[in-house]
Amino acid sequence: MAKRNLILAFESSCDETSVAVVEDGQKILSNIVATQILSHQRFGGVVPEVASRHHIEQITKCIDKALVESGVDYDELSAVAVTYGPGLVGSLLVGVTAAKMVAWAHHLPLVPVNHMAGHLYAARFESEFAYPQLALLVSGGHTELVYMASEHEYEIIGETRDDAAGEAYDKIGRVLGVNYPAGKTIDEWAAKGSDTFHFPRAMEKEDNYDFSFSGLKSAFINTVHNAKQRGQELDKYDLAASFQQSVVDVLAEKTMRALSDYPVKQLILAGGVAANHGLRTRLEQDLKTQHPDVELLMAPLKLCGDNAAMIGAAGWVDYQHGDRADWDLNAVPGLSFARKNANPDLALSE
Amino acid sequence: MKILAIDTSNHPMSVALVENDQLLATTTLNMVRNHSIFLLPVIDDLFQKVQWQPQDLDRIVVAQGPGSYTGIRIAVTSAKVLADTLKIELVGISSLKTVAANVNPGTNALIVPFFDARRGNVFAGAYQWKDGQLISVLNDQHLSMQDLLEQLVKFEKPVLLAGELTDRLKKQLTAVPKQMQFLPSAFAIPSTYQLALLGAKETPVQDIDDFVPQYLRITEAEAVWQHQHPDAPKQDYVREV
Repeated sequence: MAKRNLILAFESSCDETSVAVVEDGQKILSNIVATQILSHQRFGGVVPEVASRHHIEQITKCIDKALVESGVDYDELSAVAVTYGPGLVGSLLVGVTAAKMVAWAHHLPLVPVNHMAGHLYAARFESEFAYPQLALLVSGGHTELVYMASEHEYEIIGETRDDAAGEAYDKIGRVLGVNYPAGKTIDEWAAKGSDTFHFPRAMEKEDNYDFSFSGLKSAFINTVHNAKQRGQELDKYDLAASFQQSVVDVLAEKTMRALSDYPVKQLILAGGVAANHGLRTRLEQDLKTQHPDVELLMAPLKLCGDNAAMIGAAGWVDYQHGDRADWDLNAVPGLSFARKNANPDLALSE
Repeated sequence: MKILAIDTSNHPMSVALVENDQLLATTTLNMVRNHSIFLLPVIDDLFQKVQWQPQDLDRIVVAQGPGSYTGIRIAVTSAKVLADTLKIELVGISSLKTVAANVNPGTNALIVPFFDARRGNVFAGAYQWKDGQLISVLNDQHLSMQDLLEQLVKFEKPVLLAGELTDRLKKQLTAVPKQMQFLPSAFAIPSTYQLALLGAKETPVQDIDDFVPQYLRITEAEAVWQHQHPDAPKQDYVREV
């Protein structure tokens, strides 16, 4: 019998403990996700030490369930893949330590995976990848445009200079009394309102692909506070719609401009905020009118959040490219793809 | 019985391979704390030296805490996952008891291991040798150095304190009662050979999934939340989705 291509993948970068078995980089045999959201909701956001403690409570249950559900045994595995960054160091360490031990115990290669590559590869469960490719990765911790000239070559051409998009959702959510993670509720409210407040679109017209969301966040909070001082109650649906419209405008506009400068075959949308309906619809529309030849691949809704299946998909590619970690692999909380100055002309004008 | 013993509770990191109560190999590092980088390479190196395979192991004994939160998580995650994946026995031993085992079994004194827990506090417990066994006479706990000394005075016995007396802790010590003696720093370095011997006698844990570090402190966020929600029922806050 031919050897199967099976990856056992670990993800623990934030508040989800996840272990998955993925075949050929694109077939999910199991994807166990234990989420800590209920716990951190008590504190209004992720508390790192609490997260680390939950991870260690969950880790062996997730490993065992992932194997049982996939029907795969250790001796059938090709490799173990693990997120080693970016993320919370204490959280990452549980997954990294666990993955190292499993790989060592069963004499398996250990493949270190960048969490953001994982998010990107969630879209590979939708369809095959074609290069060159551009990805808009939006989550609670990151907002970046990544260009891939070919497989396994990642270059950041634009990123947020302050808050991540998902972080901005959580912060304005708090002002509206929506608990973390606020994205889903704000998205639903936005669908019921309209953009009446016209919040700023930061850096929208600037000649780069970078983002900024802290100005929008401040404008939003000021608007709500000022109204409160006047004893005025603002419509929460219109507030949500106005906020979301500003976020989506900036994300979509920068992405469309990047597509004009970087001819690609596919645009990938992935990361926790990729589950946002407003953003998905907008990118679909803009792509149709402005770049009809570019294929849009969106991560499946259930794989937008953190999960190990996406790490297995990215890990399989990394494995084929020869990426290996030694037993001294450590968590790298600030791990990032290389930043490229998107447009050589920009460097001169700055 | 082939045992792997691991301790990364504090600054020192120690690993030992022990077979039928005999030490085959051990390594202790006491440099910059980065147990995540050094632990598995050290384990791998010792296995090569004694020519063991991971599958040869019968039992893992781990210093389960208290100590540095990150430190004990690295040892406990390693031990727990290894025991689970190899389907072998797992035993957790107090990190304080491991240090207490450094002290001469002939003594009648109270043996008091302690770790600096910052802000003038320590993790500490009191142990005594009895018929070749280390018995806990004061539970491992988190308390101020002053409170610890006050509790120890009540035993009306000689006391041997074993731990790294940091400058932070020295400032807390105004007067040390004369029946108490701080042992030289060599006694503060845990021996994973001793840890393996302690663990060899214990019954392995029933449910490896439920095995977690003994932090001896809830997180600050939890403490504040519990204070604000005194009536909240205990529940499991993690859900599989």
